Amino acid sequence: MSHLLSIITFLPLLGAAAILVMGGEGEARARNARAIALITTLVDMAASLFLWANFDGSSAAFQFVEQADWLGFGITYHMGVDGISMLFVVLTGVLMPFCILASWESVQKRVAEYMIAFLVLEALMMGVFCALDLVLFYLFFEGGLIPMFVIIGVWGGQRRVYASFKFFLYTLLGSVLMLLAIVAMYLYAGTTDIVTLLNSTHFPPEMQTWLWLAFFASFAVKMPMWPVHTWLPDAHVEAPTAGSVILAGILLKMGGYGFLRFSLPMFASATDMFTPLVFTLSVVAIIYTSFVALAQEDIKKLIAYSSVAHMGFVTMGIFTLTHQGVEGSIYQMLSHGIVSGALFLCVGVIYDRMHTRMIDAYGGLVNRMPFYAACFLVFTLANVGLPGTGGFVGEFLTMLGAFKVNTWVAIFAATGVILSAAYMLYLYWRVVFGKLIKPSLQTIQDLSLREIAILAPLVIITIWMGVYPKPIFDVTTASVEHLLAQNKMALARDKAPKLASAAAKEAHP
Amino acid sequence: MTNFAHDLQVLYPELMLAIAGLVLLVGGVMRKGEGMKLISLLTVVAFIGAGYMVLTSGSGKELAFAGAFVSDGFSRFVKIIILAGSVLALLLAQGTFEQRKTARFEFPVLVIFATVGMMLMVSANNFIALYMGLELQSLALYVLAAFERDNARSSEAGLKYFVLGALSSGMLLYGISLVYGFTGSTSFADVATVLTATKMNLGAVFGLVFILAGLAFKVSAVPFHMWTPDVYEGAPTPVTAFLAMAPKAAALALTVRALMTAFPHSAHEWQQIIVFTSILSMGLGAFAAIGQTNIKRLMAYSSIGHMGYALMGLAANSAAGVQSVLIYLTIYIVTTAGAFGCILAMKRDGEPVETISDLAGLSRTQPALAAAFAALMISLSGIPPLAGFWAKFYVWIAAVQAGLWTLAILSALASVVGAFYYWRIFKTMYFDEPAPAFDGDVDRSVSGIVAGSVILNLAFLIPIVGAPLIAAAAEAAKALMP
Repeated sequence: MSHLLSIITFLPLLGAAAILVMGGEGEARARNARAIALITTLVDMAASLFLWANFDGSSAAFQFVEQADWLGFGITYHMGVDGISMLFVVLTGVLMPFCILASWESVQKRVAEYMIAFLVLEALMMGVFCALDLVLFYLFFEGGLIPMFVIIGVWGGQRRVYASFKFFLYTLLGSVLMLLAIVAMYLYAGTTDIVTLLNSTHFPPEMQTWLWLAFFASFAVKMPMWPVHTWLPDAHVEAPTAGSVILAGILLKMGGYGFLRFSLPMFASATDMFTPLVFTLSVVAIIYTSFVALAQEDIKKLIAYSSVAHMGFVTMGIFTLTHQGVEGSIYQMLSHGIVSGALFLCVGVIYDRMHTRMIDAYGGLVNRMPFYAACFLVFTLANVGLPGTGGFVGEFLTMLGAFKVNTWVAIFAATGVILSAAYMLYLYWRVVFGKLIKPSLQTIQDLSLREIAILAPLVIITIWMGVYPKPIFDVTTASVEHLLAQNKMALARDKAPKLASAAAKEAHP
Repeated sequence: MTNFAHDLQVLYPELMLAIAGLVLLVGGVMRKGEGMKLISLLTVVAFIGAGYMVLTSGSGKELAFAGAFVSDGFSRFVKIIILAGSVLALLLAQGTFEQRKTARFEFPVLVIFATVGMMLMVSANNFIALYMGLELQSLALYVLAAFERDNARSSEAGLKYFVLGALSSGMLLYGISLVYGFTGSTSFADVATVLTATKMNLGAVFGLVFILAGLAFKVSAVPFHMWTPDVYEGAPTPVTAFLAMAPKAAALALTVRALMTAFPHSAHEWQQIIVFTSILSMGLGAFAAIGQTNIKRLMAYSSIGHMGYALMGLAANSAAGVQSVLIYLTIYIVTTAGAFGCILAMKRDGEPVETISDLAGLSRTQPALAAAFAALMISLSGIPPLAGFWAKFYVWIAAVQAGLWTLAILSALASVVGAFYYWRIFKTMYFDEPAPAFDGDVDRSVSGIVAGSVILNLAFLIPIVGAPLIAAAAEAAKALMP
């Protein structure tokens, strides 16, 4: 129990090691690798659900905390989760078995290495959300580049090398600037312990500005926010299906998580100062990338652009600094993690059959694939934000939060919802409806049992998230409350000296 | 007499090694034509013995020969790194030379003399001692670079290295004579006292600049790096491995000591120069390596870049700076040893191959080798969780603490550019279609070193490996602080 987070984080590495040492040649080795990977991720999922079951939602404190000596000089091994990070751990745990299952047949070359890469990636992603030490956080955050680079580059499509390097270099450039900020914070506070930094460190406002910008460089690329989003469509298009699922489902959430964990509570006055910037970029992302999505001919690229637009809602919600906005952002991230992941899985289903992602190549699938059409419809509507699906709750709350703070932002964001309906339904119409006239599609098969086993639970989760969000808000509410209080307090403290000096000037002109 | 005995005692490890070198030289001549295995083995034993003597030689600061040499925490730390680097180089060389039928006993003997020179360099507390150590090391290295004397490229490398090295030694001597002329002493301590009392004058500044030019040549920092790619490419690979490890550590440690103890109050003057060379080295190391097709040339530019990062720690001019330099050198040597081990494993039909495209698809023909090489490249590019990240992390701490923001930011950007070419090797091995496989018969000591290097790179994360190194480096750095 006391080491639960370490177990969740490092268990996948154990699985990877098992695949590495396991013998067998050719097909036997591949079969073993798949089995070990599936079992490991299922156990890890169970562990993360167990974590949720034992989580005390009424407390905003970090729970399941572990701390041990590490490198000395104020850098420790410190793990723990609160209401903000806990559900991301669950999201990671839940999505991974689906990724493994989705790759069961579609990945045929170098299966053992593929599974190892995914397990290592899972460990690193879990670590990002559990780490309570900045250096440890950075280690996981950046270490994740290695397996993702391999996944895109080895098992990707035609332009995989280009896409993998673009992904790697964009993310790295943002991250090294954050690393310098971490170094500066370490030197200022003498520690990299996140809890200490949150509770008892107060960075001077000018320093906050720079730190905020450095963190922003990293998280904005990771989110990704317009205009540094261009790596995402390339990476998505080239990555194998499961890679896209992880990318959209979890890696993008690290940016939003970073804003919530660091930017808001630690750099409150800088957050206050840069809020208009974030709002502008978010609104541009929501509207501009929606239009771009409308014009896409590649299904994966379309979903990739829709991810950028949806992440625009997340950044907007976070920086409203209202309870609704922040909770809505978290909810949006979770539901988008499930929905976009599921959409990529849906693309994967037809890609495995036809080996093309071009919208033109499809049409009328409903005639031969009714189950598929039904599943795809649920996720399409969830992506649009239809009430009753997970996508609605988050989008609605973020807009509610935005409306309280800035009506114009809310109005622009609302047009994004309309646009998202346009591009998603247009996509659905072109792929699924119409007459089945293309000769290549005449023999296409509906979902196999394995595919139903993958998509059905996701349909259930999506609808459940749309009709009964309480279990999720139970976890997040206390922590979000605490986060906003922290932010307000820090902001007041930063403003106080200014007001005092202004008052002094008035008194003695 | 007791004084003389004490002086000798301070230099016991060096004396022992020098005597061992002479004995092995005579022994080698007498057993002529029997390869280098035994001599190599005895040399390794001698190095380990010297390492033991360094470790057990007390903990304080001891001066010898009227202050010309000093044994303190800093010198002991660097000597251990140097000895480790030399041992690794010998182990890497043994199998390769035997396979190429160029194994001659002179190799380990020359390595011993170079190592004695390096150890004297890091103990030097006086410009004359500094020069002596440096030349002893350099002359041995010139010969080593030309070790495959029937090979035109190797001879060319040796000659180039010698000519340019002689030029740099000349500049160094000129600088030393200027400093001597303007301060009246060659002792670091006296120079510092005089310069503190009289303020830095123009003549001494000139001397300082010339000294730095000479030393920059030895660490291969830009703009005195031109010899590096040619010598790295031309010299036999085991020699290149040796050149890339211990001599770098020795020359950099020497620079650190000379600047921080002889010019402590003229930091403002030399800091600018170090910042300048550091930025140029990182930039050139990053950009020039992109176009390389030869893996050894690429490693040369990589080492230029890495010296730039290490110099960043020196530019900070603080205890944290020295600590970071020591951490950087340790990790750099461990990683470089593994990387050269991988390069030595690149051979087809017994002939070494050196182009990067030969590595294509290595992950399918030799997965273990590819994984190790990839891990080491990731480490060199400074991506966590491998140790190369920590090396850069501590250097950045020192630079930011000293307020060198421009340097820190430029170095961060250079590291992104640098990551591109390291990861290009990673990409070649993993993404590309396989080229013909390499010979599978990798020497056992080579594969051992590669495995050890990868394991140490990962093990840095474990508290019992990383934390003691960081603490030891902090302790060693204190020795240079007034």
